[in-house]
Amino acid sequence: MAEWLSISDVRKKISESSAEEVTAAYLETIGQSRINGYTCTYDGALEMAKQADKGEGEGLLAGVPIAIKDNISTKGLATTCSSKILEGYVPPYDAHVIERLKAEGAVILGKTNMDEFAMGTSTESSCYGVTMNPWDLERVPGGSSGGSAAVVAAGEAPISLGSDTGGSVRCPAAFCGVVGLKPTYGAVSRYGLISYANSLEQIGPMATCVGDIATVMDVIGGYDPRDSTSINREISYRDALVDDVKGLKVGVPEEYFGEGVDGGVEKAVWDAISKYEEMGATWEKVSMPNTKYALAAYYTIAMSEASSNLARFDGTRYGPRNDGENWHVMASRTRAEYFGKEVQRRVLLGTYALSAGYQDKYYLKALKVRTLVKQDFEKALSNVDVLMGPTMPMPAFRIGEKIEDPLSLYLTDVNTVPMNLAGVPCISVPCGLSDGLPVGLQIIGKQFDEATIIRSAYAFEQNTDHNKARPAEVI
Amino acid sequence: MITKDEVEHVGWLARIEIDDADAEDYAVKLSSVLDYFGQLDEVDTEGVEPTYHVADVMNIFREDVVTPSLDQKDVLANTAAEKDGYIKAPRII
Repeated sequence: MAEWLSISDVRKKISESSAEEVTAAYLETIGQSRINGYTCTYDGALEMAKQADKGEGEGLLAGVPIAIKDNISTKGLATTCSSKILEGYVPPYDAHVIERLKAEGAVILGKTNMDEFAMGTSTESSCYGVTMNPWDLERVPGGSSGGSAAVVAAGEAPISLGSDTGGSVRCPAAFCGVVGLKPTYGAVSRYGLISYANSLEQIGPMATCVGDIATVMDVIGGYDPRDSTSINREISYRDALVDDVKGLKVGVPEEYFGEGVDGGVEKAVWDAISKYEEMGATWEKVSMPNTKYALAAYYTIAMSEASSNLARFDGTRYGPRNDGENWHVMASRTRAEYFGKEVQRRVLLGTYALSAGYQDKYYLKALKVRTLVKQDFEKALSNVDVLMGPTMPMPAFRIGEKIEDPLSLYLTDVNTVPMNLAGVPCISVPCGLSDGLPVGLQIIGKQFDEATIIRSAYAFEQNTDHNKARPAEVI
Repeated sequence: MITKDEVEHVGWLARIEIDDADAEDYAVKLSSVLDYFGQLDEVDTEGVEPTYHVADVMNIFREDVVTPSLDQKDVLANTAAEKDGYIKAPRII
């Protein structure tokens, strides 16, 4: 039976046996999986573990296995964004975060399933089929980093990396009952992350506890000149693991508890806020008036950027290629056949929003609304230290429930997209169950103030039992 | 409401071949999303500057020095058609 292990649990097991044995045990668990969380496992994993054993435990993650979302480039290991258009693609280089993980001795277990090109909230648009939520196999794990969250929740990896463009780390973390962080825009290099909407996205860690999130951030965070939006700041994330929120000022945006929020979710989140009060924090209601327009602005910008970023998938340099009498016909047929329907919809909408005559109405307007959303955060966070609310307005929904109606699926992202527009850091931590399904508390901070949200999440975890809840199939 | 013809035109701009049946389905689904985007019209953005990205940086330069790049063989390994060290593609014009 699979079990939830923290990084320190894994290191203890390694000291009692070896990294090779620990990795082998994970690969065996993955082999028996029922959730379809991995797109592939890495055939070099055991060799990496053997190297870690030889290195005598050097490195922050020496011998610790990690699962990687399928849109992060891994040299010599297939990276497909769960899309047929990248079938067979093996990157000739590692992403910055992979270089960092390798330098600290981590062992790559494999790649995790995702919505095709990270476009989705349920992992249902993957060309490899949906990943099942370990808490209820008839439900989605959330998305787009559904595989990365589900494998941690199912005990098939202790830690993982996802990417978050509009909630893609936080949503599946909430739905699967694990911790997930979206760093400040610029805190983690995007070099080697296959772009969907590059002005919005960040790579972020997922784990069973807040402490492990800080450890992974200490490995993957930091300056990289190969990402021109990488910011040069020295931050120690583990220093923020302090069990003290006395005097912390919490803002609760009323807009995050809008129409359609599940009763069980609302209760779990308010109970969490009461807990903070008990722990010595204070809270007040704040207003973020432009929240209701954030979703439309987000999707307009994300789709516009996607239409440009995904232009490179044209059958020329990588992936399968269809026949055509000239390049344009070849590319049009290749993209029609190998992009999934949701990707096609977003590329078409983005192309439309950027086309002559519509650019000012849609794209430019959305960028101006983005400014207003960002100002909402600046204003609210000038009076309080952090903001709190539900990560997702509902617990995990059923597989197939929303996939036929794209707009209904987009609307579930209402509480996660504003932070990407503003570039602020945010973390989702388990805060209870609603009808037996996990609920995530979202904690949002000022740009580059990960320390305060990590400290807030850590103190909550230390003083509650929520992170001791487990899906049925896990010890 | 976006029409079938517009869907096909956008499909050409985006280099995605769309057949008749799909154009119909796209016209319906894309229209409902565009209607939703239309709510941005309600927002008063007079005098508001657009935010293209939030990183407080611009014009990032590096020293003009040669650094190692990927091996040609590795780069060509993923293409469907290669000839004499080049990627082979159908004629463009």
